[in-house]
Amino acid sequence: MTPAAVNAAYAVVALPLAGFVANLVLGRRLGEPKAGWVGTLAATGAFAAALVAWVGALGQPSASRSFDLKVFTWFPVAGLHVNVGLLVDPLSLTMALFVTGVSAAIHLYSIGYMHRDPGFDRFFVYLNLFLFSMAVLVMADNFLFSFLGWEGVGFCSYGLIGFWFQREVAAVAAKKAFVTNRAGDMGFLLAMFLLFAHFGSLNYSAVLGGLVGGHPTGLLAGAPGAVPGTTATAITLLLFLGAVGKSAQLPLYMWLPDAMEGPTPISALIHAATMVTAGVYLMARVAPLLHYAHATAWVVACVGVSTAFLAATIACAQDDIKKALAYSTISQLGYMFLAVGVGDYTDGVFHMLTHAFFKALLFLGAGAVIHALADRQDMKQMGGLARYLPVTAVTFGAAWLAISGIPPFAGFWSKDAILASAWEMNKVLWAIGALTAALTAYYMSRQFALVFTGRARWAEARPTPGGALAGAGAAFAEGEAGAGHAASGPGLPPPPHLEARPRDPSWVMAAPLVVLAIASVLGGGINFPAWHLDFLSRFLHPLFPATGAVASTATKWALSVVTTILSLGGLAFGLATWRTAEHPVLEPSFLRRAWYIDDTVSAAVSGPVQALADGLAYVMDRRLVDGFVNGVAGLLATSGRALRRVQNGYVRSYAFGLSVGVIALLAYVAFRVGS
Amino acid sequence: MSFPILDVVVLLPLGAALAIALLPRQAPMALPKWLGLGSGVVELGFVLWTVVAFKTGNNHAGFQFTSREPWFGPLGISWYLGVDGISLFLVAVTALLFPIAMATRPSPEGALPRSYLGWMLVLESACMASFLSLDAFLFFIAFEVTLVPGYFVILGGLGERRAYAATKFFLYTFAGSAFLFVGILATYLLVAARLPAGSPASFDIITLARGAMHLPLADQELLLVAFGVAFAVKMPLVPFHTWMPDAYTQAPTGGSMVLSGILFKLGAYGILRWGIFLFPRAAVDLAPLALTLGAVGVVWGSVVAAMQRDLKRLVAYGTVAGVGFIVVGLFGFTVQGITGGVVEMVNHGLSIGGLFLLVGMVWERRRTHELDQLGGLQTVAPVLGWVFMAVLLSAVGLPGLNGFIGELLVLLGTFITHRWWAVVATSGALLGAIYLLWAYQRVFHGPAKAVNAGIRDMTWGERAAIAPLLAGIVFIGVYPQPLLSRIQPAVDHLVAHIEYADPSLKIPSSGQGHGTFAVPANQVVDVPAGTTSSAAAGRGGRP
Repeated sequence: MTPAAVNAAYAVVALPLAGFVANLVLGRRLGEPKAGWVGTLAATGAFAAALVAWVGALGQPSASRSFDLKVFTWFPVAGLHVNVGLLVDPLSLTMALFVTGVSAAIHLYSIGYMHRDPGFDRFFVYLNLFLFSMAVLVMADNFLFSFLGWEGVGFCSYGLIGFWFQREVAAVAAKKAFVTNRAGDMGFLLAMFLLFAHFGSLNYSAVLGGLVGGHPTGLLAGAPGAVPGTTATAITLLLFLGAVGKSAQLPLYMWLPDAMEGPTPISALIHAATMVTAGVYLMARVAPLLHYAHATAWVVACVGVSTAFLAATIACAQDDIKKALAYSTISQLGYMFLAVGVGDYTDGVFHMLTHAFFKALLFLGAGAVIHALADRQDMKQMGGLARYLPVTAVTFGAAWLAISGIPPFAGFWSKDAILASAWEMNKVLWAIGALTAALTAYYMSRQFALVFTGRARWAEARPTPGGALAGAGAAFAEGEAGAGHAASGPGLPPPPHLEARPRDPSWVMAAPLVVLAIASVLGGGINFPAWHLDFLSRFLHPLFPATGAVASTATKWALSVVTTILSLGGLAFGLATWRTAEHPVLEPSFLRRAWYIDDTVSAAVSGPVQALADGLAYVMDRRLVDGFVNGVAGLLATSGRALRRVQNGYVRSYAFGLSVGVIALLAYVAFRVGS
Repeated sequence: MSFPILDVVVLLPLGAALAIALLPRQAPMALPKWLGLGSGVVELGFVLWTVVAFKTGNNHAGFQFTSREPWFGPLGISWYLGVDGISLFLVAVTALLFPIAMATRPSPEGALPRSYLGWMLVLESACMASFLSLDAFLFFIAFEVTLVPGYFVILGGLGERRAYAATKFFLYTFAGSAFLFVGILATYLLVAARLPAGSPASFDIITLARGAMHLPLADQELLLVAFGVAFAVKMPLVPFHTWMPDAYTQAPTGGSMVLSGILFKLGAYGILRWGIFLFPRAAVDLAPLALTLGAVGVVWGSVVAAMQRDLKRLVAYGTVAGVGFIVVGLFGFTVQGITGGVVEMVNHGLSIGGLFLLVGMVWERRRTHELDQLGGLQTVAPVLGWVFMAVLLSAVGLPGLNGFIGELLVLLGTFITHRWWAVVATSGALLGAIYLLWAYQRVFHGPAKAVNAGIRDMTWGERAAIAPLLAGIVFIGVYPQPLLSRIQPAVDHLVAHIEYADPSLKIPSSGQGHGTFAVPANQVVDVPAGTTSSAAAGRGGRP
């Protein structure tokens, strides 16, 4: 690899770090908008650097595009040698490209979105720290350094969900996200211990094998003897636990809908496009190991497809524009895990990319809508906005068709490829996936219809705090308070009436919409399944073990037709139905309350779990253990007094008692020595 | 003869304490303060010089800068000081924390009271002597002496129950020390009885270690338990911990900082230096017990901490969890585990010491530790909020900060030999996040209550006080090599000693044995214990 490409790889990580430090130290002084431009510049620079590194790698033969760049030794203890180092290979480059690219667009958007927020500079401090951590996560050359990025993005997510920490809901949601992630991280940690115990190393190349001198080595070369199946299963299951936490899969998904308390650009960047896909990245990274862990692969596929289905059903009955998108994200992440589980890693990554484009766009579009309606998030109070926000409507529309799987938009290609692979592994997996595709088209059409078509309900609606309609959404109606409106500082309720006609956002916010819309339309082109246009597959191919059966072209065509018909059906039904806002039959309360799962967990935690902990703290610790100690002390004191030897004071009676004991013990020892 | 730097390190604070005590009554108010802080800073300078001059590498696993004077000849007691990788950074963190702790006022009004400064200096001297002593008798004296200034420092607080807390602290630890006293004397006598004719009995650590490992196993175990009880109370390890929340809560800020940051390390350090090193076979036998107490401590401390309604008490219970981690690391017997345990001791001084300092700042502003009285402080004191968050993340174990280095080494090291205890202790990563972030939320997040609306942000003096701790937190987290390279030779040596004492045991230093105890043949060490340092050569790491 050329020196320029090597330096560029370092810069992908270093530039966001520099931006973070600059804004941490000087952000307050730079103020708005300079702090934002510093951050955006760092992100854009990182994207440019990633491009340079990518071009450098393309200059190499396809089987030797893997480079390990050591920076310094981080943990040198006996057999443990962990470097701060970067692994530049097709997978890390793909990740770095899309992470920095989407990130740069969202940095730019945020300059407009966070306009006049008192925490403007703090926002960009977090944003650059996030990008740094994410870059480390995907480019690290070992598990431990990746874990640094992994935890780093978790912390940034915490800080940004709780960005408006004055609101109790936001603070609680932030903590919930961090703690849930930590539960998964225990899995990651244990997996690393097991990896070290088995392989004696935490380096990706040592554990997974790699492409050294153009030839695959180790596990990648297909040496199943290197690791017993049970060990491989245990390690990958534990890593998957980490992935489940980070990527909000069953059963650790509950934090993601709550995470919508954060500013909308954060929802787009961290909680849709990048951070939540880290789990998928991790599983794709360990593909050579996963290849020997069939049980894990099944678990991954089943968890993925169940999450996809469950979250999709919940998304059908949400009123809050961001919450619906959050459940949709969980559902789409489920597809990616399905891909990983059935061994189709490439299409998992492919869907991750296309999803990043259209889901980031959906969130940014939602942000534009929320902005235009003075922080309203209840879709039932929207409607007819296509006329007022043409740019937003058209771009949002592109993303809507993409996620619905309508050809030739980006989402169609990636989702279809995953479903075809699932069919080859198990027909039931395919059936649930296909049904979910129909649901996806339905709930996205519902959203599009409620927001952009029909009557302009926002013009007539009055906020009804505590009212039946606003019930679930009341907390969220305030969600965006403070973003960009001078009149409403953080924590203040939104203005009751719109002061101006809703309109499209300024260019800094519109430009990212347009860029992402183009990507959502044409994104399928990066891995077009015909005429040798499958660039992504060929780029990633050397890194993944060969998958088993591949669906024949005829099967693929047939399946495509079926899923497309399903999707179109969902789309048509959703559009037709939701021109008006009230269809209680289609929104049963078990869906509105998300199958009561979150409620049950919350009740358990605040009930029995807390009671148990309280018991440990106040009954066991204070009464039992401390009570015992004080009891013994009291007993000694009483006997001391009874003996009437030493009467002047508490301390001395102890000292006396103890000395007697000491002498007795010494006598015993002396006796032993003497004998 | 070279400059006796360790003697100076031990005696300088004592001299300063004497000078403060002897100052005439009409001396200017500021004089004791500057005398105390000045000597603390000079002391820090000496210690930093020691750290820099400390030789690294496998040939320097033994004690350095040793200084030895016969003290009470006939009994073999000597003034014997020396430092190795295990004690080096404990000494450093002691020298760093004391000046900061001395600068915090125990009561918000008036100047620093002389008695407080004096006792703190005596305490610093005693701590230094405990860490540096290579003579069991000297160690015991120093270890005991810490009780007296500790008692008076707690008594100097403002809490309502401080008399109860101080007395309980004194009595409980004193009771533990009785076991230590018996243990030391018994070891001395038992070893002396087995020495070849003509060689004098001695309290020095090398003689004791050489002799003690050949004692009957049952005797070794009894002795280790005696030592262990004393140190477990001091640490404090569950279930010997109940003196601690009261003591830490009632003590003034500076007192809590050094009690938790330094004093409890005496226990953890003691169990390593005077427990595991003297009785390696017994330690291996009793490891399941110690590991269980440690792992239970992690869970117990975290859960109880989460349920506290008082911020300072919450941090105090966090200490219990931290101690649990250290014990889990030490009794895993791997190089990583023990190194991690030592790093955790240092980390704890920085992060828990720092947390107590910050809690003190909150108290100075609001005169309360009650969590439901606090809230929304981030809005009015953003810098305090940021700094608190940084120190808290270090305690949570976020990678990139110091806490992670210790935690990971402890868990990874112990996982190799004692898998299931490490698994239980790993839950600390989750539980720590729960109680600390919940506390942070209740103190700093939410709307600022009216009573909290007027408080001021960190002053420049306060920022200067916390800055060295923050610098340490980040430095160790990003670039721990200078620490690890100094600590590891001594730990290698200790592990070799354990293996030598128990030839049936082979402790893997990396996981290449496919999760079992098998070790490549060239790593088998067979050297006389205690003095040679070449033992470590074979285990310096994988090529």
